[in-house]
Amino acid sequence: MSAHGVPAAPARAPSSGAAFDVAKVREDFPILKMRVHGKPLVYLDNAASTQKPYAVIDAYNVFYSGCYSNIHRGVYHLSETATRAYEDAREKARAFINAARVEEIVFVRGTTEGINLVAQTFGRSRLRAGDEVLITWMEHHSNIVPWQMVCEATGAVLRVVPIDDRGDLMMDEFEKLIGPRTKIVGVVHVSNALGTVNPVKEIVRLAHARGVPVLIDGAQAVAHTMVDVRDLDCDFYVFSGHKLFGPTGIGVLYGKKKLLDEMPPYQGGGDMIRSVTFEKTTYNEAPYRFEAGTPNIAGAIGLGAAIDYVEGIGRDTIEAYERGVFARAAEALEEIPGLRLIGTARERTSVLSFVMDGVHPHDIGTILDREGIAVRTGHHCAQPVVDRFGVAATARASLALYNTNEEVDALVRGLGKVREVLS
Amino acid sequence: MSDLRDLYQEVIIDHSRHPRNRGKLEGANRSAEGYNPLCGDRFTIQLLVEGGIVRDIRFEGSGCAIATASASMMTEDLKGRPEGEAEERYRRFREVLTGGPAGGDGEEGGDLGKLAVFTGVREFPVRVKCATLPWHTFEAALREKKDPVTTE
Repeated sequence: MSAHGVPAAPARAPSSGAAFDVAKVREDFPILKMRVHGKPLVYLDNAASTQKPYAVIDAYNVFYSGCYSNIHRGVYHLSETATRAYEDAREKARAFINAARVEEIVFVRGTTEGINLVAQTFGRSRLRAGDEVLITWMEHHSNIVPWQMVCEATGAVLRVVPIDDRGDLMMDEFEKLIGPRTKIVGVVHVSNALGTVNPVKEIVRLAHARGVPVLIDGAQAVAHTMVDVRDLDCDFYVFSGHKLFGPTGIGVLYGKKKLLDEMPPYQGGGDMIRSVTFEKTTYNEAPYRFEAGTPNIAGAIGLGAAIDYVEGIGRDTIEAYERGVFARAAEALEEIPGLRLIGTARERTSVLSFVMDGVHPHDIGTILDREGIAVRTGHHCAQPVVDRFGVAATARASLALYNTNEEVDALVRGLGKVREVLS
Repeated sequence: MSDLRDLYQEVIIDHSRHPRNRGKLEGANRSAEGYNPLCGDRFTIQLLVEGGIVRDIRFEGSGCAIATASASMMTEDLKGRPEGEAEERYRRFREVLTGGPAGGDGEEGGDLGKLAVFTGVREFPVRVKCATLPWHTFEAALREKKDPVTTE
């Protein structure tokens, strides 16, 4: 845990990829031994959700069989144990993204709820008619629709930063679009449809120069790269547990304490109050003010276990290993005749979206499935970005730390089979 | 491999690569749009119905091999049929693909004629909607339903 709390130094040398034993890592994920249609599972849909290591699965078992109760309520032993485990998970999340204070970590259901929370509390209380919310063309629907909803309610206007043909954000357009009416910027750290890594630190710098706060959707980033919210200086950072080898139904909203303290509550109920009478209710402080009702206690503990797992390997090690597999995959796909990669941004990670001449992505998905290969097909909940490239849908292979070069080869063979079947 | 060939039969591949009756239908008097929000596929079916008979039918749009072949073969199957019979074909196609009773002549989907090649789609549940989308859209056009059809 010594790395916790230490801001990422730019000069830090990545750990040696050689120290990373992918075969050993694969042993940690029981589902990877599975066979599908008689073939070994090749799971390449990690951008949708990641598989779970024993460490996470066992955390549930230990919690439910040894120390389960509700939290923040009882004075008895079990409740104290459960509360401690839940709050320990919050501390793990804090250290994971290097937040300054544990009160800045709000547990939510996932990235979607985190963004909705910010839109409905921060957004709703601050936006007025004519104000602007600035997002980008490569946002997931979860960083579009919550803002559209709050714009509709307040009369604010949604503005969108365009992207170029490679899938890079047009930063000159960003600088033109951010203006005196901009009240918040929402930007995805890593695009789930294109794999583009956005220059989020630069975006925060430019926005702060105009006094505009920034929310970063980190759903696709946290499993692949180091995230340091203090180094980024972002105002909000949101991610989901299930894309970080953790459980579904749990995620983290990081918000700077000053902003969280000023924001009205999200949902009303138990645990988010200080005192309740029929005349007047006073609200609890952040983060509890935003965690009404019994939270996903086991989910938070499972997320804590997932963070421990990832930190045990080391994010630099993971990043270095994945970079090798990704480069090999990108190169192999580019060599396939009639295949076009959608998204060739300068900096990319983990996601390879593509289309094939004369073949619909749906058919690619079905034929690969018969080869045991799981890829996603469709618009990946990012319809505007897929439209931007003039296609209705793409096939998407997305990597995680347990994917291998052999699996990349299997994908390439599978795409050969696609041609064979459909011609 | 054999199971993939059950889905991607040669006649399906042929129709998907060389769809029949694709393009705008001049003089159409009924039309509807169908959409699969999961994959973004979109079809427009246009009809010329005169004297209770589907005189002509064409489709626009594109989708996966299954959906495109289904649209193409549907237009061939329905052209010239009386409305009631066409509607019965729709009902029967849907029934066979969603696991309804076997075809009339004892063979599964046998009464479907050429369309029986689509019975292989039943083994691929997530793909059934691809095959039925053009048919649902046809039915909406025939009945002059106003709302666009979606698979969801």
